[in-house]
Amino acid sequence: MFIILGILAGYFDIAGSFSFTPDFLKREFSLGPDLQGGISLEYKADTSSIPDSERSDAMAGLRDIIENRVNLFGVSEPIIQVKKRGDEDRLIVELAGVFDIDNAIKIIGETPYLEFQTLKTGVTIEDLQKKQDAQDLAGVLNSFEATKLTGRFLQKARLEYDQTTLESTVGLDFNNEGRDLFAKITKDNIGKPVAIFLDGVSVSIPIVREEIKEGQAVISGNFSRTEAQKLVRNLNSGALPVPISLIKEETLGAYLGADTLSRMLRAGLYGLIGVALFLIFFYRLPGLIAVVALLIYTSLALTLFKLIPIYLTSAGIAGFILSIGMAVDANILIFERTKEELQKGKSLAIAVEEGFSRAWLSIRDSNASSLITSIILFYLGSQSVAGFALTLGLGIVLSMLSAITITRTFLRAVEFKENSLMRKLYGAS
Amino acid sequence: MGLVRIRKFSYIFSIILVAASIVSLAFYGLKFGIDFTGGSLIEAQFDPTGGGRPDINIVRQKMEALDFGQVVIQPAGEVGFSIRTRELSTDERQKITAELSGLGKIKDVSANTIGPTIGQELRSRSIWAMALVLIAIILYIAFAFRKVSRPISSWFYGIFAVVALFHDVFIPLGVFSLLGHFKGVEVDTLFVTAILTVLGFSVHDTIVVFDRIRENLTLAKPASPAGRKETFEETVGKSLNQTITRSINTSLTVLIVLTALFFLGAEATKYFALALIIGIVAGTYSSIFIASPLLVTWNNYREKKI
Repeated sequence: MFIILGILAGYFDIAGSFSFTPDFLKREFSLGPDLQGGISLEYKADTSSIPDSERSDAMAGLRDIIENRVNLFGVSEPIIQVKKRGDEDRLIVELAGVFDIDNAIKIIGETPYLEFQTLKTGVTIEDLQKKQDAQDLAGVLNSFEATKLTGRFLQKARLEYDQTTLESTVGLDFNNEGRDLFAKITKDNIGKPVAIFLDGVSVSIPIVREEIKEGQAVISGNFSRTEAQKLVRNLNSGALPVPISLIKEETLGAYLGADTLSRMLRAGLYGLIGVALFLIFFYRLPGLIAVVALLIYTSLALTLFKLIPIYLTSAGIAGFILSIGMAVDANILIFERTKEELQKGKSLAIAVEEGFSRAWLSIRDSNASSLITSIILFYLGSQSVAGFALTLGLGIVLSMLSAITITRTFLRAVEFKENSLMRKLYGAS
Repeated sequence: MGLVRIRKFSYIFSIILVAASIVSLAFYGLKFGIDFTGGSLIEAQFDPTGGGRPDINIVRQKMEALDFGQVVIQPAGEVGFSIRTRELSTDERQKITAELSGLGKIKDVSANTIGPTIGQELRSRSIWAMALVLIAIILYIAFAFRKVSRPISSWFYGIFAVVALFHDVFIPLGVFSLLGHFKGVEVDTLFVTAILTVLGFSVHDTIVVFDRIRENLTLAKPASPAGRKETFEETVGKSLNQTITRSINTSLTVLIVLTALFFLGAEATKYFALALIIGIVAGTYSSIFIASPLLVTWNNYREKKI
């Protein structure tokens, strides 16, 4: 049964290379930018003005909006993640197969950040008027404080014209939540100014005349027609719920990526062959069984990587290759123990059973400690380290299962003919 | 039995190695990559059919003319250069690639820019991860061996396992400080990962030996057939002999895959594999020659006191 499972999994791993494979079985591995070339960007999100309870919502909104933007590239699988690093919220964008980093930064950077601000308490309209007359931009900026209403609650933006001045303006439609927020802001600020900030600059500071319940607003900021059009387009493809700034950028050329991938695959293959030869040479029949178990383990693990899917990077593959080495350990522990029991003069069948039961404690304890390490690495490590920890951890769990189920079943299935040849094959001197 | 007897030599050997590593660390330190320091790294591969890469001195002149502060230029692979600078803005980076494409046909450009906050954050996270792993390991061993308290308490198993771990970590650190000084090899996040993996692996190894000691201790409790109870030293020696083949074979299989990774794997994971190789050799050595003999030394010292 395990053999069939293993062959099926193995077939699935390389299904794409056969022409007779039905489409639903064809799934590619998801490869990181370091294996096929591409771009990786990390942004810091300024969530300081958002209450803790709403942070994860805002970050999820940010993720969706950037995803919308990034889809402009037509990348098949953009990876966009939000992560918490200590107190900071981060946004990670990985675009495999995209090489024009400047364009990518520009497209993401054009996502507007729209917010509505009200006068700080204690600041009068006259104070503001003086600062505006003096063209004191920083002073104007400092007179306002943030409200909850940001581009996050925007449903749609429209290009409009002011009937009297014939100027191009941008009409905003809020969603239900935004409509309520806007109604409250306007109700509380009748006769006072409400500033509309775009990317940190106030574009328009109208005075509220009455409560606006319909959830509609207009930005009139002396736009030219093209400026207004562009703003509408950018707002419609998503306004940022929080401001972001770029803190890390990486590009890898296609050539280097492909080279890395082929080298990692070659290293994995030769490593596996080396281990197989070593096992067969040293442990004879059980060694051969272990190799079969190891092959099944490898194809199962690769299937798992495809199905979850796990995003493979060079560090991730290194973790997997290391887990192959570790997977062998459980087998070696069992074989050594079996050999010992044989040397004590026990029969083959009993020696195999004893070998398993006695080796189990060591297998459990030693794998538990490696698993602890990978869990800590997964949670604390950077992007690439987490990838390493994930494949290593999965590998450890899977290899433990493969050793105690697959190897055991095989060893039992092999007929225990009690003769000197068989004993020799099991390594009893 | 011999393995425990020669413990004085193995202690001295290890002390010399660890001391040498510490001296090298103190004098040369480690060469940190941009992961930790922040900065920009640009790697350009020139097309071999389009005349290959230009002369390094010309590249150096061009880069100095841009006046971006200290710039380190090194050949990378057969047809490329790697250029390391302070943290560059997008415009500044474009200027460098523009200069390079003026010098020859570029096939491939890779660039990394890492802000200083990330470097800071990575450093503190690495230290946290390291400390957490060590604490988790001591706790786990003390827990797993809680039933063993004679002749020495289970806490000492944990503590000696960690002593062996320090040994296993200092040796690769020492080697990399030498490599950094003489060959310019940098320490990056993957190196930290390697060290942490060594911690996991080496404790894995030590636990297997301790496990055998635990088993043999329970077996040895009734008087042995010879009518004399096995001494602790004998039990440890026996356990080591019983597990040494397994320790060496397991390490060998892992070393086989790591060697493949070192020689055949990607440039990015080459030194990662090397750090693992050194750490795992040190770890296998220490679990046989350091951790378990320390149990005996401690027990003898304790008995003398009584």
